[in-house]
Amino acid sequence: MSQTATRDQSVSKTDTRLDVELRKVFKVYNGETAVRGIDLDIHQGEFFSILGPSGCGKTTTLRMIAGFEDPSGGEVMIRGKSMVGVPPYKRPVNTVFQSYALFGHLTVWDNVAFSLRLKSCGNAELRERVGDALRLVKMSDFARRFPAQLSGGQQQRVALARALVNHPTVLLLDEPLGALDLKLRKEMQTELSHLHRELGLTFVMVTHDQEEALSLSDRIAVMNNGKIEQIGTPSEIYEHPQTAFVADFIGDTNLLKGRIESIHAETLQIVTDSGLRILAKPKTHWNGSNASEAESPNSDASEAFISIRPEKVHCGLSAPADSINCYEGKLKHVMYLGTHISYQVDLETGDRITVLQPNRSSLMDLGTSVYVYWAAEDCLALAPQE
Amino acid sequence: MSTSTPSSPTLAEPLPTAPRGWHKLTRLIEPIVLLVPSGVWLLLLLVAPTLLILELSFIPGFRLGQPTGGYGIGNYLEIFRPIYFQVIWRSVLFAVGCTVTCMLLGFPVAYWIAVMAPPRWRNLLLVAFVLPLWTSSLLRAYAWITILRPSGSLNSLLSALHLPNQEWLNQTPAVYIGMAYSFLPYMVLILYASLEKLDKRLLEAASDLGATPQQTFWKVTVPQTLPGIAAGGLLVFITSLGEFVVPELLGGASSMTVSRLIYNQFLGATRNWGLGSSFSILMITGVSIAIALLLKYGDRDSALT
Repeated sequence: MSQTATRDQSVSKTDTRLDVELRKVFKVYNGETAVRGIDLDIHQGEFFSILGPSGCGKTTTLRMIAGFEDPSGGEVMIRGKSMVGVPPYKRPVNTVFQSYALFGHLTVWDNVAFSLRLKSCGNAELRERVGDALRLVKMSDFARRFPAQLSGGQQQRVALARALVNHPTVLLLDEPLGALDLKLRKEMQTELSHLHRELGLTFVMVTHDQEEALSLSDRIAVMNNGKIEQIGTPSEIYEHPQTAFVADFIGDTNLLKGRIESIHAETLQIVTDSGLRILAKPKTHWNGSNASEAESPNSDASEAFISIRPEKVHCGLSAPADSINCYEGKLKHVMYLGTHISYQVDLETGDRITVLQPNRSSLMDLGTSVYVYWAAEDCLALAPQE
Repeated sequence: MSTSTPSSPTLAEPLPTAPRGWHKLTRLIEPIVLLVPSGVWLLLLLVAPTLLILELSFIPGFRLGQPTGGYGIGNYLEIFRPIYFQVIWRSVLFAVGCTVTCMLLGFPVAYWIAVMAPPRWRNLLLVAFVLPLWTSSLLRAYAWITILRPSGSLNSLLSALHLPNQEWLNQTPAVYIGMAYSFLPYMVLILYASLEKLDKRLLEAASDLGATPQQTFWKVTVPQTLPGIAAGGLLVFITSLGEFVVPELLGGASSMTVSRLIYNQFLGATRNWGLGSSFSILMITGVSIAIALLLKYGDRDSALT
């Protein structure tokens, strides 16, 4: 436990008892490796998200926690107990399925009561708990309906109630909001967040929607290609991505490939393949720590990615006097997004820089010569992808 | 596209010169014209013979060549004589037994093919099950005779295993075996169609909620596939109720069924067309009621899922 506390300071102030632990978990399907040895510590009461593109192994990971898949190697533990060989119906977890998987032959009430009836729970207690669960998700008025008579959002609520009525140790959510339209999704996000706070349960959610993960989670594990790229709080993941993949996947970014020219205590000079000379501040978060970077020998030959978030890039008709990373280019695309305006600027070197500005100033015209510039500390140098 | 000649108008674009009335008329006549072939077929080969049999069922019955009464419902009253009632009861028993056997044998097979077998094997396994249907039912019945007869392959096998020989041919067991064999593929096909549609995630959901595999089966799989179970059961029940070949060839004298009785009244020694027709009407009515029930309740069930 002390090991996890040091690995992640952000949770040291909250409960550090572990609900779910994954140790070097592998999963191989018909010769193809879906999950390549991942380690995860999920703390009690935490809203933890596993985020990644489709096929990255995130759903497989969740299914191994639920017990629908057995790991090919490694160990899954829930509340310190090894779950190897324990069937799903004996695990203290419940799942909200992507497709809801409600029982069409049962009413809403009977769907929610399903797990309690299996445990031969008393009649009075059953009525109370099912009633509570339905009230929690605001579906009390629909108890006598069948799932087919409900809208997608309502089915989602019933699926939540059905999973929560059993008081699981961990609630697993497999792309829970993926099938809902945007407005409903926002609404359910808020409610999920409320539910989590109200119940104090551990939530483990799988999603490919980075915005959803950022807005709901206490911590996020970003997965790619069967591996975990980074674990951290939403702001850590967004502000200090450790790999080019994370920087690219979470939010939009301008990713430039280049090589490190020189490293000083204060600045890092990088020349991109296209010939841009960029000054960046070495970050303590780069590859975990500053020290390890200084150790890497012959840094003038080492490759790196530069990531600059579009909202950190400034764009104007004239160059500021003090700006270091300032380049001239032509405005190629303008996208009006309502609250923001997105510009795409083609530099003379051929690089395309995306700029996101709040909708405050007037729109600039296409083809205008503009200057783009950003501060050295807004530029992240990242180790190349493996 | 621009080169298409204006002389080939489609239905959507009627010739501007065509009068509106004519267009209305074709729209009225079209469905009638299309329905005529099947309508004539049904009238000539289904409705007319059924009416003919209905009429025949009221003619005076015969016993030992002598008329037993006048034109009327005498033949229907005859049905209730114990000897005939026994035949009806036996037919129903055979059909129920065959349906239950097919269900017990067919469900695990269909479940295995639809849920557990690797998807790429499914079609092959289904074809293997349906293959017997491509041979004549008569041929299959004769095949069972060679297996079940006193010196047949079954008894050779039993002898080799030092087990007592069985005299099943021309007895009730042969009828059950032959009928279950004939209708098992239908049962498997219908149950497969139902199980294949079963959402496998529901099984995972049940397991996730704490149901053991057994509980999942009874509380999710069976209720979810109930329409298929009802359809398969009723189809096998109806067809085995009217089965003629198997009881005739494998059943011997002790296995008189309604269909054999009807055959005897028309083409056998007794030649009592009136009685045969009343039995036929009884069967048609019974089967129609069963199908009506299936349509009504089968539909309601599928609407729920």
